[in-house]
Amino acid sequence: MRITLTVNGEQRQADDVWEGESLLHVLRERMGLPGSKNACEQGECGSCTIYLDGTTCCACLVAAGQAHGRDVVTVEGLSARGPATEGAGTARPVAGPVTGPVTGPVTGPPDAGEALHPVQQAFLDAGAVQCGFCTPGLLVATHDLLTRDPDPDDAEIREALSGNLCRCTGYEKILDAVRLAAGRMG
Amino acid sequence: MTGFETVAGVPSATTATGNTTTSTVDGVGTSPLRPDGTLKVAGEFAFASDLWMDDMLWGVTLRSPHPHARITGIDLTQALKLPGVFAVLTHEDVPGEKHFGLEHQDQPVLAIDRVRYQGEPIALVAADHPETARRAAQRIKVDYEVLAPIVDAELALRPETPRLHEGGNLVRHVRVRTGEENPTADVVVSGAFEVGMQDQAFLGPEAGLAVPDGEGGIDLWVATQWLHVDQRQVCAALGLPPEQVRLRLSGVGGAFGGREDLSMHVHGCLLAQRTGKPVKMVYNREESFFGHVHRHPARMHYEYGADRSGKLAYARATIHLDGGAYASSTPAVVGNAGTMGLGPYDIPNIQIDCFGAYTNNPPCGAMRGFGSVQTAFAVEATMDLLAAELGLDPVELRARNGFREGSRAPTGQLIDAPAPVAELVEKLRALPLPDERPDAHDLRHLPGGVANTTHGEGVRRGVGYAVAYKNVAFSEGFDDFSTARVRVSIAGGQPVVTVHTAAAEVGQGLVTVEQQICRTELGIDRVVVAPQDTSVGSAGSSSASRQTYVTGGAVKAASESVRRLLLTSAATRLGRRRDDLQLAPGGVVLDGSGTVAITLADLLGDDHVEDTVEWRHRPTHPIDPETGQGDAHVQYAFAAHRAVVDVDVELGLVKVVELACVQDVGRAMHPQAVVGQIQGGSAQGLGLALMEEIQVVGGRITNPSFTDYLIPTILDVPPMPIEVLEYADPHAPYGLRGVGEAPTISSGPAVAAAVRAATGLPLSRVPIRPGDITGTG
Amino acid sequence: MEFLRPDGLPDVLEARAAHPGALPLMGGTDVMVALNFDRRRPDALLDLTRAPELTAWDHVDGMVRLGAGVTYSRVIDELATELPGLAIASRTVGSPQIRNRGTVGGNLGAASPAGDSHPALLAGFAEVELASRDGVRRVPVDEFFTGVKQHAGRGDELVTAVWIRPATGPQQFSKIGTRNAMVIAVTSFGLALHPDREQVGTGLGSAAPTPRRARDAEEFLGAELDWSARRDIRDSVAAEFARLVATAASPIDDVRGTAAYRRHALAVMARRCLSWAWAEHQGRRH
Repeated sequence: MRITLTVNGEQRQADDVWEGESLLHVLRERMGLPGSKNACEQGECGSCTIYLDGTTCCACLVAAGQAHGRDVVTVEGLSARGPATEGAGTARPVAGPVTGPVTGPVTGPPDAGEALHPVQQAFLDAGAVQCGFCTPGLLVATHDLLTRDPDPDDAEIREALSGNLCRCTGYEKILDAVRLAAGRMG
Repeated sequence: MTGFETVAGVPSATTATGNTTTSTVDGVGTSPLRPDGTLKVAGEFAFASDLWMDDMLWGVTLRSPHPHARITGIDLTQALKLPGVFAVLTHEDVPGEKHFGLEHQDQPVLAIDRVRYQGEPIALVAADHPETARRAAQRIKVDYEVLAPIVDAELALRPETPRLHEGGNLVRHVRVRTGEENPTADVVVSGAFEVGMQDQAFLGPEAGLAVPDGEGGIDLWVATQWLHVDQRQVCAALGLPPEQVRLRLSGVGGAFGGREDLSMHVHGCLLAQRTGKPVKMVYNREESFFGHVHRHPARMHYEYGADRSGKLAYARATIHLDGGAYASSTPAVVGNAGTMGLGPYDIPNIQIDCFGAYTNNPPCGAMRGFGSVQTAFAVEATMDLLAAELGLDPVELRARNGFREGSRAPTGQLIDAPAPVAELVEKLRALPLPDERPDAHDLRHLPGGVANTTHGEGVRRGVGYAVAYKNVAFSEGFDDFSTARVRVSIAGGQPVVTVHTAAAEVGQGLVTVEQQICRTELGIDRVVVAPQDTSVGSAGSSSASRQTYVTGGAVKAASESVRRLLLTSAATRLGRRRDDLQLAPGGVVLDGSGTVAITLADLLGDDHVEDTVEWRHRPTHPIDPETGQGDAHVQYAFAAHRAVVDVDVELGLVKVVELACVQDVGRAMHPQAVVGQIQGGSAQGLGLALMEEIQVVGGRITNPSFTDYLIPTILDVPPMPIEVLEYADPHAPYGLRGVGEAPTISSGPAVAAAVRAATGLPLSRVPIRPGDITGTG
Repeated sequence: MEFLRPDGLPDVLEARAAHPGALPLMGGTDVMVALNFDRRRPDALLDLTRAPELTAWDHVDGMVRLGAGVTYSRVIDELATELPGLAIASRTVGSPQIRNRGTVGGNLGAASPAGDSHPALLAGFAEVELASRDGVRRVPVDEFFTGVKQHAGRGDELVTAVWIRPATGPQQFSKIGTRNAMVIAVTSFGLALHPDREQVGTGLGSAAPTPRRARDAEEFLGAELDWSARRDIRDSVAAEFARLVATAASPIDDVRGTAAYRRHALAVMARRCLSWAWAEHQGRRH
């Protein structure tokens, strides 16, 4: 089947989608947006957290066909988007499918390129990123939390992020990152 | 920031001597941003499962539903008929060695005539869509003659039990004997303990992309811990030389030991070679539980004797580790559990027997803590029994018996570096205890949380302590080395360092440390970490807490060599003696008066200076098979935890209130990452103590999902105050100690001790289930 | 596989009748897991998310008519006062992301013995609205569950709403999990006091092949409580209530817990929920 939807502000289309495919599969394998991660595909880990019509959910639990005509924002759309209070925001350029497996040399933090969203920067600065597989989902969940509540206490942060598993950090630096982002954005 | 984080201690050995000035900008001992961090937060970091190529196929694996069976026939006809299918392969299609393995080559690439565990790979399919591949795999007809599984490690070792492998069911027995044969003591305690099977539960599932080069060779992008040991095994299976099998590290979504063994590596390459197309394989979460080894479940019997003052007199331990169907790294795990299975305590008379057995349970191998996690539960529980029997404070007992520099390990090896066990536990005891429940009406502070199981009823607090020690790097005579290539060139008029290793960045931040070392040794701020691959020599494994030590050592050595080459070149150019020159921050060569003699930009122009160094830590030695004596280990890491828990004793639910850790890291190379390692490792230990277990019934996993294999959420992991000590190890680069594993070892036993303290129950098995506390197991 | 995405409830019900093999799909929190892990391959998926009739709730005839597509998050945000038991239960469902997608109607459609909504609905004497092209009917929720993951709806029917009386007294819900978030219930318990009719409602989850009420416990307690004077509950009454709740269960040993633990935990939760509910009825903070 064909589905069309808005992803990070841009109209996108996918053809020959198998009816049993998840939105996560379509984003990752058909639209070149592998930022949303495929850690469990059963809604238990939160690493594929996206916005669907402004509400966070796990992309693995949305059938591709259900997303037809909907508005999706992924981690790739956070940096140019700003907090949801600013509206849907403008799209940033969407890459095609990741062409080839070649990863360039890992250099220092790029000094050029577009600015990160404060939530992204805070995760980086606080050391909340280790392997990074949970990071995209946590970024979207944190973005959503701080949009709704700019100054959450620790218990609120923990409850809001309880659907995002991290296996590397023990969560302490994730809490640091959320506090840091809240402070910077507030 | 909750709690406190300090990096304190004595000054440690820092940089190499002579001919350099330490760069202070983002060098060793600071916490610069990780170089892959921006890509990771932007969602643009290419993990193995993100790889994609035009025209690629999807590979899937057909696995055995039976833990033990003979295969009497495989019929691929119906699978091959399905449109969209490009290849269906079995063991007959493996051109080279049909078995692989880390230490013993005992595991079939694809099952031949027998399967020994549920989930053993039997056949492979490549198709143009994952669903097509799955449907084709379902059409493969396998005839089985089901056999009775052997599911108990102790039973497996009895002579009457059928053999699962030619050499019998014993993988390894480590025997350690010191002192008297029949020691006695004033006070004797004993206990039997069990540890369940833990999963690494890394979030990034096994994945890779195999790309044929059109000339008979192949490139494999894969998430792994050790490219070269993979390459060796892939070459053997494919029957190809190393130059035709190029492995490249893709983004790794966590590892924790679970990526030491092969997963899709050979399978993906076989499919790609057969079809001539790129093949991507990605395990889903269920398949991941069958696609990698787990932590060995253990059954342990311990007996400690002490005099009335609490001085340990002797210890006896019998340990059975269930290795499952194939050896994987069981021999080394048995080595660790056997040689370090009595904890970091001075004990004059020792008898340890540690066995690793083959069974039809899931294969077990490496996981963070590697043999020491299991024994620490038994050791620390036994120490608490002894403290109770003696009427001594548990901290006091540990402080009195703890290793110090100059102690002898059970192997007889002299501990010739700081071993501050007493200081670790005493510092923990001195930390303020957390408040009683700050807001009893906020469910989130109570056991059960918002599931609303208590408003304070039945809640008891408990405090527990535990200590860990762990060998760093590979032991028992293994030729453990790493290779680093360091190059200095000029780009845009400025010097830039390129560091190239095959060391797997699995999330721990090794790439950052490599940059820091180059900056410190060369005084050049700009450092590029080249993609890790097999075009440079082996770095060894990202395991055993060893990479910062060993690859760090190699990067340091290569940087030092490049520094010498630069200065030699400058000396030649300037007509001076090399010893009169030094390399200073900013890429300049200074003369004896501190004046810039030449800049690196002028010195190098379009040229570069490069060296590749293979670096080894001091050698280790095998242990004596009868007595277990020998200098088996390179270095020990020490950590200790204090856990504070609230237990709802009527429902058996636990809330960990605080988990404090003091760890000696020798030198905090990147203080922020050190603390991150300690916190992450501590959380994994907490998980094993309270919730994490692969449940296996009759050889079958009953909970292969994140729905029923539970790992801690952010609501389960408490604030973790960390104190980092820096007592330099004089034998190690910068004085550093490996950090990653020790905290995983002591945190779980501390949590278990705290639950025992809260409940008054013996609780000799982890994970502790609610029913164990309520007596309704 | 086909993907059916009818707009509006009438077309949904037409599609339901025309495609008996189609699997209804709302929040996806159960169905998509089954699809992702190759456990179900239905002929078709019937997307219910384009029927706005399902995602509304309203007051009708003194009751709350809760559309089957109302998410747990909305129950928590919008109905905590009127349906407190269901709101407490909703807060224990999965994670924020799951609560944003999962629905009470989907929970009923899946009819799992472990469904978090069920004990609260049972205790609240709710009714399940089933609709087909041919009409609408309502089934008391305790007659709705007919077996493990089986319910009273016919193949051409859909769960379209739940009808539930706004609380007239305290309601509680407790759920056991082996971690502090994101768990499927080891066992769970819902309690509602209905002082207007001097009745007690209960619901047991993960305690039997279907969610069920503890009717003997309800009748016993309903008769023992001093509804108007609100005198303290004697320990012996609380203990007997707890015993009767545990007796009503027929739990099993499984990967999440043992039968013995489940029975034990139900008794503890019953006693605690009763004490919290009664304290509230007495006007005390609990």
